[in-house]
Amino acid sequence: MAESISRSLRDGCMEGEHAPALTIEDSLASSLGSSVFDHFLANLVSQIAAGKSQARGLVLVAFNRSPAFYLELLRRKGVDAQHVDKRVRILDCYSDPLGWKKRVPPLKTAQNLPVKANVACFSDARDTNKLMASILDLGKEFVGQDKSRFAVAIDLVSSLLRYTSLPIVAGLVNKLRSNDQTSCIVWLIHSDLHEQRVSAALAYVSTMVASIQPIAQCTDEQTSQQNSVWLGKNSDKAKLHVRLKRRNGRVKLLAEELHLDQVGVKFTAVGDQNSNAAKSLLPKVQFNLQLSEQERVERAKVVLPYEHQGNGEEIQIYDGRRSLSDSISISQPSVASPVISDTQVAPGIGEIHYVRDSDDEQPDSDEDPDDDLDI
Amino acid sequence: MNPSFSSPTTNLLDEALGIGCTGSVPWRIALVQDCVEASGAFLLHHLLKRSLSAEAAGAVVFLGLAQPFSHYDRVLRKMGCNLSLQRNKNKLHFIDLLDLEFLVAGGTDQNAIEDGFMNLYNRILRFIEANNLMHNNGGWIRIIIDDISLLEIAAQGSSSHTFDFLQYCATLTSELDCSLLILNHGDIYSSEEDQCLLSHLDYLSDVVIKAETLSTGIAVDVHGQLTIINKRALGELGWSSSKVYNFQFKLKENAVEFFYPGTKF
Repeated sequence: MAESISRSLRDGCMEGEHAPALTIEDSLASSLGSSVFDHFLANLVSQIAAGKSQARGLVLVAFNRSPAFYLELLRRKGVDAQHVDKRVRILDCYSDPLGWKKRVPPLKTAQNLPVKANVACFSDARDTNKLMASILDLGKEFVGQDKSRFAVAIDLVSSLLRYTSLPIVAGLVNKLRSNDQTSCIVWLIHSDLHEQRVSAALAYVSTMVASIQPIAQCTDEQTSQQNSVWLGKNSDKAKLHVRLKRRNGRVKLLAEELHLDQVGVKFTAVGDQNSNAAKSLLPKVQFNLQLSEQERVERAKVVLPYEHQGNGEEIQIYDGRRSLSDSISISQPSVASPVISDTQVAPGIGEIHYVRDSDDEQPDSDEDPDDDLDI
Repeated sequence: MNPSFSSPTTNLLDEALGIGCTGSVPWRIALVQDCVEASGAFLLHHLLKRSLSAEAAGAVVFLGLAQPFSHYDRVLRKMGCNLSLQRNKNKLHFIDLLDLEFLVAGGTDQNAIEDGFMNLYNRILRFIEANNLMHNNGGWIRIIIDDISLLEIAAQGSSSHTFDFLQYCATLTSELDCSLLILNHGDIYSSEEDQCLLSHLDYLSDVVIKAETLSTGIAVDVHGQLTIINKRALGELGWSSSKVYNFQFKLKENAVEFFYPGTKF
């Protein structure tokens, strides 16, 4: 499923259609959204560098993490530095989104780090028109005479929504999608930082919505220690619910599980891990802890004591001391006698063979242990 | 013997936060979230003391909005740390913000509040510059804010401007060898809109420390419990595994004891 999302981003858009857009949304209950965003971003850049995607370059709008983080991320994912320099442009909205650094004296002791050629600082996050123009300017570097396209990634729309309103952000996204030079767009949003309508509005302008949900659900009654366990479980595992919108209007719902490890995010089909885990829970002993099919069938046929069978017949009170065949043949209740295994059982009726330890003891004839029962 | 010159002994809190013997930490931003019944101020005191210990190779910028300098000085003296001495040695830069009008000195409009925060950011930058010049760009800087809710009040309730300021402080943690420690109260936000700042801080932080009371009520030997969510338990970039710690604490006259539930005798 994650593969199909990557393919969709790689293939880009058809002539006359808007660019495909992927919304990745998470929440504090399962905050692996950034890792999932990194996964799809690195995947897309790899495809671009290999020349396999429609996009010839990527413009990354970085609000949440520094440009240095993303350059390091791509290096660790194995994308050649030359390709990164050539195919990736980062619009740095992280370091100075409001222009404060231009208004205060810079640090004299700041180490003069070389300014990366593919990083452009943006200091006016409240002006979305300027932001749009900056994105298109950076993208134009990839667009040659052959009307190539470029991909756009916004690492955190939630940050943009702090500076401006939802209609303006939705308008920006729509303009990017409808731009002739845009191949595809990816963005991340933290759904619990906004009202429901924000997530809904962005979902409407997306062709794919990948929603990250916790693996284990939390209840209000959990103690703090249980909360710790719950937090631990959800820290590196989650469920990914994807909604894909087809061109014909059909909406496809898919689900996968994801977990975070040293390499990155891995996706697995739902249920694979559960069945393997269940198998591994059974202890390895010399006796059989499970029932065979025959035993399951026999168990299902057993008539439970004091249970109405629902077939309109008179309720048969099953005295656990006698075998079922005895109780059916005897019309009047009789004195209880020790249960003896009986091989002459009516066909189609299951039976549990029970041999009591006290069978060798003769009960007191005057004493009926069931005398105190009031049925 | 001055306790502040003795080697700091590690405890459960130091282990959970990964505090090294030089006071350096592997995380960039830590959020302490407390409540009325379980104040988290002791955590700031403990981490302040660890940051100013003799082995510590850095300096502290302390934004004091909740208490005057004399209060922290008195508390830390009992813990064996002389804040006045550290301030004179330029290892501690205490910014007194008790007067919550500091942001609106130039007016109460939104631009004035933003300018006020920008000036505060500038003051922090100037201290970092002075510290770097003195120590030849060596050593880390820890910025401690006590507390965010008062900063919001100073900003006339504007959580947006408050978070903008925190965002700029956060950029210092990635550009320079800085870490940021913030105290916030988790039980003063009622509406969903107000909860937004709490959630923003949670997303921003690498470590979240929650101080709570025991679910069983008040106890003599146990004053509360801590839940520490360390989102970057291993490494800075790339492989980051979340680790969750849960243990209890008892506040003594001049120290804090940390122990696992059921191990206090």
